Amino acid sequence: MLNKIYDWVDERLDITPLWRDIADHEVPEHVNPAHHFSAFVYCFGGLTFFVTVIQILSGMFLTMYYVPDIKNAWESIYYLQNEVAFGQIVRGMHHWGASLVIVMMFLHTLRVFFQGAYKKPRELNWIVGVLIFFVMLALGLTGYLLPWDMKALFATKVTITIIESVPFIGEYLKILLAGHSDIVGAQTITRFFAIHVFFLPAALFALMAAHFMMIRKQGISGPL
Amino acid sequence: MHRGKGMKFVGDSRVPASGRKPNIPKDYSEYPGKTEAFWPNFLLKEWLIGAVFLVGFLCLTAAHPSPLEKIADPSDTAYIPLPDWYFLFLYQLLKYSYASGPYNIIGALVIPGLAFGALLLAPFIDRGPERRPSKRPLATGFMLLALAGITFLTWESVAHHDWEAAKEQGKIVAEAEIDKESDGYKIFETNGCTSCHGGDLQGGAGSPALVDNGLTPEEISDIAKNGRGAMPAGMFKGTDEELKVLADFISSIKSE
Repeated sequence: MLNKIYDWVDERLDITPLWRDIADHEVPEHVNPAHHFSAFVYCFGGLTFFVTVIQILSGMFLTMYYVPDIKNAWESIYYLQNEVAFGQIVRGMHHWGASLVIVMMFLHTLRVFFQGAYKKPRELNWIVGVLIFFVMLALGLTGYLLPWDMKALFATKVTITIIESVPFIGEYLKILLAGHSDIVGAQTITRFFAIHVFFLPAALFALMAAHFMMIRKQGISGPL
Repeated sequence: MHRGKGMKFVGDSRVPASGRKPNIPKDYSEYPGKTEAFWPNFLLKEWLIGAVFLVGFLCLTAAHPSPLEKIADPSDTAYIPLPDWYFLFLYQLLKYSYASGPYNIIGALVIPGLAFGALLLAPFIDRGPERRPSKRPLATGFMLLALAGITFLTWESVAHHDWEAAKEQGKIVAEAEIDKESDGYKIFETNGCTSCHGGDLQGGAGSPALVDNGLTPEEISDIAKNGRGAMPAGMFKGTDEELKVLADFISSIKSE
Protein backbone atom coordinates (compact mmCIF):
# COMPACT_ATOMS: atom_id res chain seq x y z
CA MET A 1 0.00 0.00 0.00
CA LEU A 2 2.70 2.47 1.08
CA ASN A 3 4.80 1.39 -1.88
CA LYS A 4 1.89 2.05 -4.19
CA ILE A 5 1.44 5.55 -2.78
CA TYR A 6 5.17 6.15 -3.11
CA ASP A 7 5.13 4.96 -6.72
CA TRP A 8 2.11 7.09 -7.48
CA VAL A 9 3.88 10.23 -6.20
CA ASP A 10 7.21 9.21 -7.70
CA GLU A 11 5.66 8.75 -11.11
CA ARG A 12 4.49 12.35 -11.04
CA LEU A 13 7.25 14.13 -9.12
CA ASP A 14 10.29 11.87 -9.43
CA ILE A 15 11.07 12.06 -5.72
CA THR A 16 13.58 9.23 -5.59
CA PRO A 17 16.63 11.48 -6.17
CA LEU A 18 15.42 13.77 -3.36
CA TRP A 19 14.96 10.81 -1.04
CA ARG A 20 18.41 9.49 -1.98
CA ASP A 21 20.01 12.84 -1.13
CA ILE A 22 18.35 13.02 2.26
CA ALA A 23 18.42 9.54 3.65
CA ASP A 24 20.10 7.01 1.41
CA HIS A 25 23.75 7.07 2.41
CA GLU A 26 26.23 5.06 4.38
CA VAL A 27 27.26 6.10 7.88
CA PRO A 28 31.02 5.63 8.17
CA GLU A 29 32.44 3.48 10.94
CA HIS A 30 34.34 6.27 12.74
CA VAL A 31 31.20 8.24 13.61
CA ASN A 32 29.21 5.26 14.81
CA PRO A 33 29.18 4.88 18.62
CA ALA A 34 28.20 1.24 18.14
CA HIS A 35 31.72 0.60 16.85
CA HIS A 36 33.77 3.18 18.74
CA PHE A 37 32.28 4.49 21.96
CA SER A 38 34.30 7.72 21.70
CA ALA A 39 32.24 8.54 18.62
CA PHE A 40 29.50 9.81 20.98
CA VAL A 41 31.04 13.24 20.38
CA TYR A 42 29.37 13.10 16.95
CA CYS A 43 25.96 13.08 18.68
CA PHE A 44 26.20 16.68 19.84
CA GLY A 45 25.18 18.22 16.52
CA GLY A 46 22.18 15.94 16.18
CA LEU A 47 21.15 16.60 19.78
CA THR A 48 21.40 20.34 19.15
CA PHE A 49 18.96 19.86 16.28
CA PHE A 50 16.74 17.72 18.51
CA VAL A 51 16.57 20.40 21.22
CA THR A 52 15.96 23.02 18.52
CA VAL A 53 12.94 21.03 17.34
CA ILE A 54 11.73 20.86 20.96
CA GLN A 55 12.18 24.63 21.23
CA ILE A 56 10.16 25.24 18.08
CA LEU A 57 7.33 22.95 19.18
CA SER A 58 7.17 24.17 22.79
CA GLY A 59 7.44 27.76 21.56
CA MET A 60 4.48 27.26 19.24
CA PHE A 61 2.42 26.00 22.17
CA LEU A 62 3.56 28.89 24.38
CA THR A 63 2.27 31.45 21.88
CA MET A 64 -1.22 29.96 22.38
CA TYR A 65 -1.27 31.65 25.79
CA TYR A 66 1.39 34.34 25.71
CA VAL A 67 0.38 37.97 25.20
CA PRO A 68 3.21 40.37 24.28
CA ASP A 69 2.10 43.34 26.29
CA ILE A 70 3.48 44.92 29.46
CA LYS A 71 0.41 44.20 31.53
CA ASN A 72 -0.61 40.80 30.23
CA ALA A 73 2.73 39.20 29.40
CA TRP A 74 3.51 38.45 33.01
CA GLU A 75 -0.12 37.62 33.80
CA SER A 76 -0.34 35.20 30.89
CA ILE A 77 2.82 33.41 31.97
CA TYR A 78 1.68 33.28 35.59
CA TYR A 79 -1.57 31.77 34.37
CA LEU A 80 0.25 29.33 32.11
CA GLN A 81 2.57 28.35 34.93
CA ASN A 82 -0.10 27.87 37.58
CA GLU A 83 -3.45 27.20 35.93
CA VAL A 84 -3.01 25.57 32.52
CA ALA A 85 -2.73 21.78 32.41
CA PHE A 86 0.89 20.89 31.61
CA GLY A 87 1.63 24.59 31.14
CA GLN A 88 4.47 24.31 33.61
CA ILE A 89 5.97 21.42 31.63
CA VAL A 90 5.69 23.20 28.29
CA ARG A 91 7.21 26.40 29.64
CA GLY A 92 9.81 24.35 31.49
CA MET A 93 10.82 22.60 28.28
CA HIS A 94 11.20 25.94 26.53
CA HIS A 95 13.09 27.47 29.47
CA TRP A 96 15.52 24.60 30.08
CA GLY A 97 15.74 23.79 26.39
CA ALA A 98 17.12 27.28 25.81
CA SER A 99 20.01 26.42 28.11
CA LEU A 100 20.45 22.91 26.74
CA VAL A 101 20.62 24.08 23.15
CA ILE A 102 23.48 26.40 24.12
CA VAL A 103 25.28 23.57 25.93
CA MET A 104 24.85 21.11 23.07
CA MET A 105 25.84 23.67 20.45
CA PHE A 106 28.89 24.62 22.47
CA LEU A 107 29.97 20.97 22.70
CA HIS A 108 29.33 20.48 18.97
CA THR A 109 31.41 23.58 18.18
CA LEU A 110 34.27 22.31 20.34
CA ARG A 111 34.13 18.87 18.68
CA VAL A 112 34.35 20.41 15.22
CA PHE A 113 37.05 22.85 16.32
CA PHE A 114 39.36 20.39 18.04
CA GLN A 115 39.03 17.88 15.22
CA GLY A 116 39.95 20.56 12.69
CA ALA A 117 36.83 19.57 10.76
CA TYR A 118 36.35 23.14 9.54
CA LYS A 119 39.32 22.93 7.19
CA LYS A 120 39.03 22.89 3.43
CA PRO A 121 36.53 22.15 1.92
CA ARG A 122 34.24 22.81 4.91
CA GLU A 123 35.03 26.50 5.62
CA LEU A 124 31.61 27.70 4.51
CA ASN A 125 29.80 25.23 6.70
CA TRP A 126 31.83 26.37 9.71
CA ILE A 127 30.88 29.99 9.03
CA VAL A 128 27.21 29.09 8.72
CA GLY A 129 27.54 27.13 11.97
CA VAL A 130 29.01 30.09 13.84
CA LEU A 131 26.21 32.28 12.46
CA ILE A 132 23.71 29.74 13.85
CA PHE A 133 25.54 30.11 17.18
CA PHE A 134 25.02 33.90 17.08
CA VAL A 135 21.36 33.52 16.16
CA MET A 136 20.87 31.12 19.08
CA LEU A 137 22.49 33.58 21.49
CA ALA A 138 20.24 36.33 20.13
CA LEU A 139 17.21 34.06 20.60
CA GLY A 140 18.24 33.52 24.20
CA LEU A 141 18.69 37.24 24.72
CA THR A 142 15.34 38.28 23.23
CA GLY A 143 13.46 35.41 24.88
CA TYR A 144 14.77 36.44 28.28
CA LEU A 145 12.70 39.65 28.21
CA LEU A 146 9.39 38.10 27.22
CA PRO A 147 8.13 36.92 30.65
CA TRP A 148 8.34 40.61 31.67
CA ASP A 149 9.35 39.85 35.23
CA MET A 150 11.98 41.74 37.25
CA LYS A 151 15.04 39.89 35.99
CA ALA A 152 13.80 40.13 32.41
CA LEU A 153 13.34 43.89 32.53
CA PHE A 154 16.57 44.74 34.30
CA ALA A 155 18.75 42.35 32.30
CA THR A 156 17.32 43.86 29.12
CA LYS A 157 18.04 47.36 30.38
CA VAL A 158 21.68 46.31 30.83
CA THR A 159 21.76 44.78 27.34
CA ILE A 160 20.34 47.93 25.81
CA THR A 161 22.88 50.09 27.65
CA ILE A 162 25.65 47.90 26.23
CA ILE A 163 24.21 48.16 22.73
CA GLU A 164 23.98 51.93 23.13
CA SER A 165 27.72 52.07 23.78
CA VAL A 166 28.49 50.92 20.23
CA PRO A 167 30.21 53.88 18.55
CA PHE A 168 28.33 55.92 15.91
CA ILE A 169 25.32 53.62 15.43
CA GLY A 170 24.69 52.72 19.08
CA GLU A 171 21.86 55.21 19.54
CA TYR A 172 20.07 54.01 16.40
CA LEU A 173 20.52 50.36 17.29
CA LYS A 174 19.05 51.05 20.69
CA ILE A 175 15.98 52.77 19.26
CA LEU A 176 15.59 50.01 16.69
CA LEU A 177 15.52 47.39 19.46
CA ALA A 178 13.79 49.24 22.30
CA GLY A 179 11.43 51.29 20.16
CA HIS A 180 12.13 54.40 22.20
CA SER A 181 15.19 56.41 23.18
CA ASP A 182 14.57 56.23 26.95
CA ILE A 183 11.84 53.77 27.79
CA VAL A 184 12.14 50.00 27.92
CA GLY A 185 8.46 49.24 27.83
CA ALA A 186 5.48 48.42 25.66
CA GLN A 187 7.33 49.00 22.38
CA THR A 188 10.30 46.98 23.52
CA ILE A 189 8.33 43.89 24.42
CA THR A 190 6.48 43.79 21.09
CA ARG A 191 9.73 44.27 19.20
CA PHE A 192 11.53 41.59 21.15
CA PHE A 193 8.54 39.31 20.61
CA ALA A 194 8.60 39.87 16.86
CA ILE A 195 12.37 39.35 16.73
CA HIS A 196 12.20 36.24 18.89
CA VAL A 197 9.25 34.61 17.13
CA PHE A 198 9.58 35.71 13.49
CA PHE A 199 12.87 37.32 12.48
CA LEU A 200 15.38 35.10 14.25
CA PRO A 201 13.60 31.78 13.58
CA ALA A 202 13.44 32.71 9.89
CA ALA A 203 17.18 33.34 9.88
CA LEU A 204 17.71 30.15 11.86
CA PHE A 205 15.74 27.99 9.39
CA ALA A 206 17.63 29.38 6.42
CA LEU A 207 20.99 28.82 8.11
CA MET A 208 20.08 25.33 9.28
CA ALA A 209 18.95 24.38 5.78
CA ALA A 210 22.29 25.58 4.42
CA HIS A 211 24.14 23.74 7.21
CA PHE A 212 22.43 20.41 6.47
CA MET A 213 22.63 20.70 2.71
CA MET A 214 26.36 21.28 2.96
CA ILE A 215 26.75 18.26 5.21
CA ARG A 216 24.91 16.05 2.71
CA LYS A 217 26.97 17.47 -0.12
CA GLN A 218 30.36 17.16 1.55
CA GLY A 219 29.77 14.25 3.89
CA ILE A 220 31.11 14.16 7.40
CA SER A 221 34.83 14.75 7.87
CA GLY A 222 37.04 11.69 7.88
CA PRO A 223 38.70 10.13 10.93
CA LEU A 224 41.68 11.95 12.44
CA MET B 1 8.20 13.98 -24.57
CA HIS B 2 8.38 11.04 -22.21
CA ARG B 3 9.03 11.54 -18.51
CA GLY B 4 9.16 9.39 -15.42
CA LYS B 5 7.83 5.91 -15.92
CA GLY B 6 6.98 6.52 -19.53
CA MET B 7 4.28 8.97 -18.51
CA LYS B 8 3.36 11.56 -21.08
CA PHE B 9 3.06 14.99 -19.48
CA VAL B 10 0.66 17.56 -20.78
CA GLY B 11 2.38 20.75 -21.79
CA ASP B 12 5.81 19.75 -20.48
CA SER B 13 8.29 22.53 -21.20
CA ARG B 14 11.19 21.23 -19.09
CA VAL B 15 14.48 20.02 -20.47
CA PRO B 16 14.55 16.30 -19.58
CA ALA B 17 17.23 14.99 -17.22
CA SER B 18 19.06 11.98 -18.52
CA GLY B 19 17.96 8.73 -16.95
CA ARG B 20 16.01 8.04 -13.84
CA LYS B 21 17.07 6.57 -10.54
CA PRO B 22 15.65 3.12 -9.85
CA ASN B 23 13.53 2.88 -6.74
CA ILE B 24 15.78 0.27 -5.16
CA PRO B 25 18.49 1.29 -2.65
CA LYS B 26 22.11 0.53 -3.36
CA ASP B 27 23.59 -2.65 -2.01
CA TYR B 28 25.97 -1.38 0.63
CA SER B 29 27.89 -4.65 0.96
CA GLU B 30 30.46 -3.33 -1.49
CA TYR B 31 31.35 -0.40 0.79
CA PRO B 32 34.58 -0.78 2.79
CA GLY B 33 34.74 -1.00 6.60
CA LYS B 34 31.92 -1.42 9.07
CA THR B 35 29.65 1.18 7.55
CA GLU B 36 25.94 1.14 8.15
CA ALA B 37 22.99 2.39 6.18
CA PHE B 38 21.64 5.66 7.55
CA TRP B 39 18.09 4.66 6.80
CA PRO B 40 16.78 2.89 8.77
CA ASN B 41 19.55 1.25 10.81
CA PHE B 42 21.55 4.23 12.02
CA LEU B 43 18.56 6.53 12.36
CA LEU B 44 16.97 4.03 14.75
CA LYS B 45 20.03 4.24 17.01
CA GLU B 46 19.92 8.02 16.84
CA TRP B 47 16.29 7.86 17.92
CA LEU B 48 17.27 5.71 20.88
CA ILE B 49 19.84 8.29 21.98
CA GLY B 50 17.28 11.03 21.42
CA ALA B 51 14.73 9.15 23.56
CA VAL B 52 17.18 8.72 26.44
CA PHE B 53 18.08 12.40 26.16
CA LEU B 54 14.41 13.38 26.15
CA VAL B 55 13.73 11.37 29.32
CA GLY B 56 16.57 13.16 31.12
CA PHE B 57 15.34 16.48 29.81
CA LEU B 58 11.77 15.86 30.98
CA CYS B 59 13.04 14.81 34.43
CA LEU B 60 14.86 18.15 34.68
CA THR B 61 11.73 19.99 33.58
CA ALA B 62 9.53 18.19 36.09
CA ALA B 63 12.00 18.55 38.95
CA HIS B 64 12.73 22.25 38.45
CA PRO B 65 9.78 24.41 37.38
CA SER B 66 11.06 27.37 35.40
CA PRO B 67 11.45 30.49 37.53
CA LEU B 68 9.16 33.48 37.36
CA GLU B 69 9.84 36.60 39.36
CA LYS B 70 7.31 39.30 40.15
CA ILE B 71 6.00 41.50 37.37
CA ALA B 72 8.52 44.05 36.09
CA ASP B 73 8.56 47.22 38.14
CA PRO B 74 10.78 49.85 36.49
CA SER B 75 10.62 52.05 39.62
CA ASP B 76 12.65 49.57 41.70
CA THR B 77 16.07 51.18 41.31
CA ALA B 78 17.82 48.89 43.76
CA TYR B 79 17.30 45.72 41.72
CA ILE B 80 20.57 43.95 40.90
CA PRO B 81 20.26 42.64 37.32
CA LEU B 82 21.60 39.30 36.18
CA PRO B 83 21.61 37.92 32.63
CA ASP B 84 21.05 34.29 31.75
CA TRP B 85 23.99 32.08 32.74
CA TYR B 86 25.54 31.84 29.27
CA PHE B 87 26.00 35.63 29.13
CA LEU B 88 27.56 35.85 32.58
CA PHE B 89 31.13 35.88 31.25
CA LEU B 90 30.42 38.87 29.00
CA TYR B 91 28.65 40.60 31.87
CA GLN B 92 31.53 39.94 34.28
CA LEU B 93 34.05 41.27 31.76
CA LEU B 94 32.37 44.67 31.95
CA LYS B 95 33.07 44.89 35.67
CA TYR B 96 36.85 45.19 35.30
CA SER B 97 38.30 48.68 35.34
CA TYR B 98 40.00 48.45 31.92
CA ALA B 99 36.83 47.09 30.35
CA SER B 100 34.30 49.52 31.77
CA GLY B 101 33.68 53.22 32.28
CA PRO B 102 35.88 55.12 29.82
CA TYR B 103 37.19 51.78 28.49
CA ASN B 104 33.68 50.37 28.03
CA ILE B 105 34.32 49.95 24.29
CA ILE B 106 37.09 47.47 25.07
CA GLY B 107 34.92 45.28 27.28
CA ALA B 108 31.71 45.62 25.31
CA LEU B 109 33.01 45.46 21.75
CA VAL B 110 36.72 44.94 21.20
CA ILE B 111 37.35 41.82 23.28
CA PRO B 112 34.10 39.97 22.40
CA GLY B 113 34.45 41.16 18.81
CA LEU B 114 37.96 39.78 18.49
CA ALA B 115 37.02 36.49 20.16
CA PHE B 116 33.86 35.85 18.15
CA GLY B 117 35.44 37.24 14.98
CA ALA B 118 38.33 34.81 15.35
CA LEU B 119 35.85 31.97 15.91
CA LEU B 120 33.92 32.93 12.78
CA LEU B 121 37.05 33.16 10.65
CA ALA B 122 38.86 30.19 12.18
CA PRO B 123 39.16 28.30 8.84
CA PHE B 124 41.00 31.27 7.33
CA ILE B 125 43.30 31.80 10.30
CA ASP B 126 44.19 28.15 10.90
CA ARG B 127 44.94 27.20 7.28
CA GLY B 128 47.42 24.36 7.60
CA PRO B 129 46.59 20.86 6.43
CA GLU B 130 46.93 19.33 9.91
CA ARG B 131 43.79 18.35 11.77
CA ARG B 132 45.03 16.81 15.02
CA PRO B 133 44.87 19.28 17.95
CA SER B 134 48.46 18.47 18.93
CA LYS B 135 49.68 19.41 15.44
CA ARG B 136 47.97 22.83 15.56
CA PRO B 137 49.34 24.28 18.79
CA LEU B 138 48.18 27.85 18.11
CA ALA B 139 44.58 27.01 17.33
CA THR B 140 44.36 24.57 20.24
CA GLY B 141 46.14 26.99 22.58
CA PHE B 142 43.92 29.95 21.80
CA MET B 143 40.77 27.89 22.13
CA LEU B 144 41.90 26.48 25.49
CA LEU B 145 42.77 30.01 26.61
CA ALA B 146 39.32 31.24 25.58
CA LEU B 147 37.68 28.33 27.40
CA ALA B 148 39.71 29.06 30.53
CA GLY B 149 38.76 32.74 30.29
CA ILE B 150 35.05 31.98 29.90
CA THR B 151 35.15 29.53 32.80
CA PHE B 152 37.01 31.98 35.03
CA LEU B 153 34.73 34.92 34.24
CA THR B 154 31.58 32.86 34.73
CA TRP B 155 32.96 31.55 38.02
CA GLU B 156 33.81 35.04 39.26
CA SER B 157 30.40 36.32 38.29
CA VAL B 158 28.61 33.52 40.14
CA ALA B 159 30.86 33.83 43.19
CA HIS B 160 30.30 37.57 43.52
CA HIS B 161 26.55 37.55 43.04
CA ASP B 162 24.45 37.79 46.19
CA TRP B 163 22.12 34.87 45.51
CA GLU B 164 20.18 35.34 48.75
CA ALA B 165 19.36 38.96 47.95
CA ALA B 166 18.61 38.03 44.35
CA LYS B 167 16.11 35.44 45.50
CA GLU B 168 14.49 37.97 47.82
CA GLN B 169 14.37 40.90 45.40
CA GLY B 170 12.41 39.13 42.70
CA LYS B 171 9.96 37.15 44.82
CA ILE B 172 6.33 37.26 43.83
CA VAL B 173 4.61 38.94 46.78
CA ALA B 174 1.00 38.80 47.75
CA GLU B 175 -0.92 41.98 47.10
CA ALA B 176 -3.24 43.43 49.67
CA GLU B 177 -5.90 46.06 49.51
CA ILE B 178 -4.40 49.03 51.35
CA ASP B 179 -6.42 52.00 52.46
CA LYS B 180 -4.05 54.83 51.62
CA GLU B 181 -6.28 57.35 53.34
CA SER B 182 -6.08 55.64 56.72
CA ASP B 183 -4.14 57.25 59.57
CA GLY B 184 -1.85 54.23 59.76
CA TYR B 185 -0.80 54.58 56.14
CA LYS B 186 -0.15 58.32 56.53
CA ILE B 187 2.17 57.66 59.47
CA PHE B 188 3.79 54.87 57.44
CA GLU B 189 4.41 57.36 54.64
CA THR B 190 5.62 60.32 56.75
CA ASN B 191 8.17 58.17 58.56
CA GLY B 192 9.78 57.16 55.26
CA CYS B 193 8.87 53.47 55.58
CA THR B 194 7.80 53.51 51.91
CA SER B 195 11.35 54.17 50.69
CA CYS B 196 12.38 50.64 51.66
CA HIS B 197 9.15 48.69 52.09
CA GLY B 198 7.43 50.26 49.09
CA GLY B 199 4.25 52.22 48.64
CA ASP B 200 2.18 49.03 48.60
CA LEU B 201 4.17 47.42 51.41
CA GLN B 202 5.49 45.05 48.78
CA GLY B 203 9.10 45.26 49.98
CA GLY B 204 12.16 45.94 47.89
CA ALA B 205 15.80 44.96 47.52
CA GLY B 206 16.99 43.87 50.95
CA SER B 207 13.81 44.80 52.76
CA PRO B 208 10.95 42.35 53.28
CA ALA B 209 7.39 42.80 52.18
CA LEU B 210 5.07 43.76 55.01
CA VAL B 211 2.02 42.11 53.49
CA ASP B 212 1.21 38.93 55.44
CA ASN B 213 3.98 39.68 57.93
CA GLY B 214 2.38 37.56 60.66
CA LEU B 215 3.68 39.84 63.45
CA THR B 216 1.77 41.19 66.42
CA PRO B 217 1.47 44.98 66.89
CA GLU B 218 3.89 44.74 69.85
CA GLU B 219 6.57 43.04 67.74
CA ILE B 220 6.12 45.64 65.01
CA SER B 221 6.47 48.52 67.48
CA ASP B 222 9.67 46.95 68.73
CA ILE B 223 11.11 46.55 65.20
CA ALA B 224 10.09 50.09 64.23
CA LYS B 225 12.02 51.47 67.20
CA ASN B 226 14.93 49.06 67.55
CA GLY B 227 15.33 47.75 64.01
CA ARG B 228 15.94 44.18 62.87
CA GLY B 229 18.40 42.63 60.43
CA ALA B 230 19.44 45.28 57.93
CA MET B 231 16.99 47.80 59.37
CA PRO B 232 18.73 50.16 61.79
CA ALA B 233 17.27 51.26 65.12
CA GLY B 234 15.47 54.58 65.44
CA MET B 235 13.74 54.58 62.06
CA PHE B 236 10.45 55.55 63.67
CA LYS B 237 10.48 59.13 64.93
CA GLY B 238 6.86 59.80 65.95
CA THR B 239 4.98 59.67 69.25
CA ASP B 240 3.92 56.53 71.09
CA GLU B 241 0.28 57.01 70.02
CA GLU B 242 1.36 57.17 66.40
CA LEU B 243 3.50 54.08 66.89
CA LYS B 244 0.51 52.15 68.14
CA VAL B 245 -1.62 53.23 65.15
CA LEU B 246 1.21 52.32 62.79
CA ALA B 247 1.78 48.92 64.39
CA ASP B 248 -1.92 48.09 64.26
CA PHE B 249 -2.04 49.19 60.63
CA ILE B 250 0.95 47.09 59.54
CA SER B 251 -0.21 44.09 61.50
CA SER B 252 -3.61 44.26 59.82
CA ILE B 253 -2.31 44.14 56.23
CA LYS B 254 -3.20 40.74 54.81
CA SER B 255 -3.65 39.58 51.27
CA GLU B 256 -7.03 38.28 50.19
